[in-house]
Amino acid sequence: MKLTRRKFLIAGGLVGGGLAIGYGFSDDTPENASLSATTDAGEYALNAWLKIDTEGNITVAIPQAEMGQGVYTSLSMLVAEELEVDFASVKAEPAPVDPVYANATALMDTLPFSDGHHKGEATVGAWGMRKVSNMLGIQATGGSTSVRNAWEPMQKAGAMARVMLIKAAAERWNVAPGECRAEKGVITHSGTGKSATYGELVEQASKQEVSSDIPLKSENQRTLIGTSQQRLDIPSKVDGTAEFGVDVVLPNMAYAAVKLCPVFGGTVSTWDEAAVKNMPGFIKAVRFETGVAVIADSFWRAKKAVETLPVTFDEGENADLSTDKIFALYEESLKGDDGRSYTDEGDAASEIKASDTVLTARYKAPFLAHACMEPMNCTAQVGDNNVEVWLPNQAPTLASWFAEKTADVPAENVKVNTTFLGGGFGRRIEVDLVVMSVTIAKALKGRPVKLIWTRENDIQHDMYRPAALADFKATLDTSGQTTSWLNRLASPSVTRSFTKRMLPWADSDMPDNTTSEGAADIPYGIPNMLMEHVPTPTPVPIGYWRSVGHSYNAFFTEGFMDELAAAAQKDPLEFRLSHLQGHDDFIGVLTKLLKVSDWGSPLPKGRGRGVALHESFGSIVGQVVEVTVGEDKELSVDKVTCVIDCGTVVNPDTVKAQMESGIIFGLSAALYGEVTIDNGRVVQSNFPDYDMVRLANCPQIDVHLAPSGRPLGGVGEPGTPPIAPAVVNAIFNATNKRERELPLSKLGYKA
Amino acid sequence: MLTLTINGQTNTVDVEDDTPLLWVLRDTVNLTGTKFGCGIAACGACTVHIDGEPIRSCSFPVSDAVGTNITTIEGLGEAKLTAVQEAWIAEQVPQCGYCQSGMIMAASALLRQNPDPSDTEIDEAMTNICRCGSYPRIRKAIHRAAKFKAEA
Repeated sequence: MKLTRRKFLIAGGLVGGGLAIGYGFSDDTPENASLSATTDAGEYALNAWLKIDTEGNITVAIPQAEMGQGVYTSLSMLVAEELEVDFASVKAEPAPVDPVYANATALMDTLPFSDGHHKGEATVGAWGMRKVSNMLGIQATGGSTSVRNAWEPMQKAGAMARVMLIKAAAERWNVAPGECRAEKGVITHSGTGKSATYGELVEQASKQEVSSDIPLKSENQRTLIGTSQQRLDIPSKVDGTAEFGVDVVLPNMAYAAVKLCPVFGGTVSTWDEAAVKNMPGFIKAVRFETGVAVIADSFWRAKKAVETLPVTFDEGENADLSTDKIFALYEESLKGDDGRSYTDEGDAASEIKASDTVLTARYKAPFLAHACMEPMNCTAQVGDNNVEVWLPNQAPTLASWFAEKTADVPAENVKVNTTFLGGGFGRRIEVDLVVMSVTIAKALKGRPVKLIWTRENDIQHDMYRPAALADFKATLDTSGQTTSWLNRLASPSVTRSFTKRMLPWADSDMPDNTTSEGAADIPYGIPNMLMEHVPTPTPVPIGYWRSVGHSYNAFFTEGFMDELAAAAQKDPLEFRLSHLQGHDDFIGVLTKLLKVSDWGSPLPKGRGRGVALHESFGSIVGQVVEVTVGEDKELSVDKVTCVIDCGTVVNPDTVKAQMESGIIFGLSAALYGEVTIDNGRVVQSNFPDYDMVRLANCPQIDVHLAPSGRPLGGVGEPGTPPIAPAVVNAIFNATNKRERELPLSKLGYKA
Repeated sequence: MLTLTINGQTNTVDVEDDTPLLWVLRDTVNLTGTKFGCGIAACGACTVHIDGEPIRSCSFPVSDAVGTNITTIEGLGEAKLTAVQEAWIAEQVPQCGYCQSGMIMAASALLRQNPDPSDTEIDEAMTNICRCGSYPRIRKAIHRAAKFKAEA
């Protein structure tokens, strides 16, 4: 398989209201060229995903970032399944940055024409998006897409290499390839019993031409996919040897710390670098638009000096911004009848107008920070005509674009090195640290400079999960079935905020799935349904936060669904089931949840049980939560039972780990998570005021897999959305008090 | 110049007395297994042992470590994995892995003082933050390590 692409550029309206995209590639390079450039002596890249050496060691190149979600292991399993090797002989390493590794699935999911939810992805819009994405060549990790995107290419990479090895053996023995068989890293000829290892054959195999048209194993032929395998990255994560971005050590390296304008959009007006130049270890001070940096011979010395450095800021036009003002804007948005409708079936507005028993509710969700455990960082070295960066990142292609632009060097002289990520959650798809570290390193040309943000920098200069406000109206018929559902949502557009940062010339006010996902595509059969979003921009930079729009829309819709169940005087789980005709997969998840959660069994006074069901990123997740609520709002989340249908499962233990992870991430947000803004600046600064669930208040979590045969879904994010609504629904069950706002700590709950 | 004993080895470092031990370990001695998470002793990613006791090195002045035995994740197992590290692999605890050096140091100190801790005792001792949510597996791994140690 040889891919040929020509350099070209388009700009202009494409689909869906003016998406403008530019892209370019080098000419006529074989797809394994960039991986071949990374081979050691005696090692061969048989394609873009796989290297084998003459000793038979197998290295899989992982295009996706390993940020804890287990991609090193799951993607290696895809290759190993078809390659026919013992999984214990497989190693993983980060792939180079190359358009061949473009993540088409992530882009397709974000845009409004993907129809990715109930209608499948075989639409012209989705097909077009895949084409555009492949041409754009953005290598990125996000949207729970890693396995979905790699599923076919990486199995195919294993299959093609296997056929190359078989052809090499057949050539060597002068027999027909069809008489040779691959098993556990060895090719055997059935007639003569001759055999050779992959290591012995790899050089000859690397010269074989093969077609990519090789059938992949069917489900019942697989021996590795679907079995729990130990993660390849874990041994290095228990002995301190795993290298994260902050751990990069280079010869002659210097360290940088920054002080940034606390107000969004503010700039430096005066500074006095002379005041710190005699401090220990001082090398240089650098002023840039939004702040100042000190470069020193250790991070601690850089940090001390930058804290001492006198700086004044021009706070700009956002100096009086506050969360209250932002929510007032949202309220204004909801008042009108403007909006972009993402679902419009029947006539919900008339139905509601005609009814005298309309159920209404307003739900509210705060801004949130990502707070990855590894503070944000990037190491940069700028030469006369080149730049190299080392960083934990989710989008090396974007990192390379911005390193190129900031250093002002030719694209071919840019190198991006991706380390392990100490958490990502969407924060590390951004390139602000690349721009800042390259800007700082330009002042010390030739030396690598490691920029580390403090936790305070991180919490106060994030691209936040947007706050959102939603109004609901609904009607029920006399049998307790929902007859109409009207949901108006006010929030800014994440994709627009991101596009403005990444491709400002492509900015336009176009539909954005990430605003309405999880609200426009709920599975319940309601004859009259209208879901509208009112784009309400604010000066707060916003970004992709684990599960994005689903993170608040699931809380809103599943909270309100529970209110309807109560109004209909129905059991909340049975009520949902009665609205799921035709959705066997959703019914399957709920039915299993009913059984494994012991739903309906009596609970002592003060305890309650709540349910939530939500589809995101191609997977359906149902959760039942048990809580205990004390007289003074002491809240204990005791137990979470989780059922997931993510279609085909690659590494079952990883799916379970990701459900545990998503639940705890969402629970921290539901209990404590809130970023507030006052005088244009973020109020919170570190873990005491941006708190997290710890071991002592972590619930028991039981995860059950319920694959229904639906298409492959993601697992990194879908565990997060249902937990907040399940918790508030359980509080209602325990106390009869309905909570419509997060975090619960703000409402007086003590968790 | 200060003299430190880290993982049984003597190191002489030229740093200010108030430098947190964390940054001496990471930037001066290049032992990067100990992590920076918050800088205010809130998250525990920087946990190391001073004479066997867990401390949060981001808020521990290096001068107070002179004359003590400092142990970091790199020196925990003396060339082989400890029961705690083995249990961490068996339970497949780490996800992103960033907090796990601190978690393992905290759990190792707990098990030295209390070879068979109850769930409540684990809750009290393990106050470090994990953003990936590895807590349920950490609890299992501590119980498993206690068993490994009892059998050894």
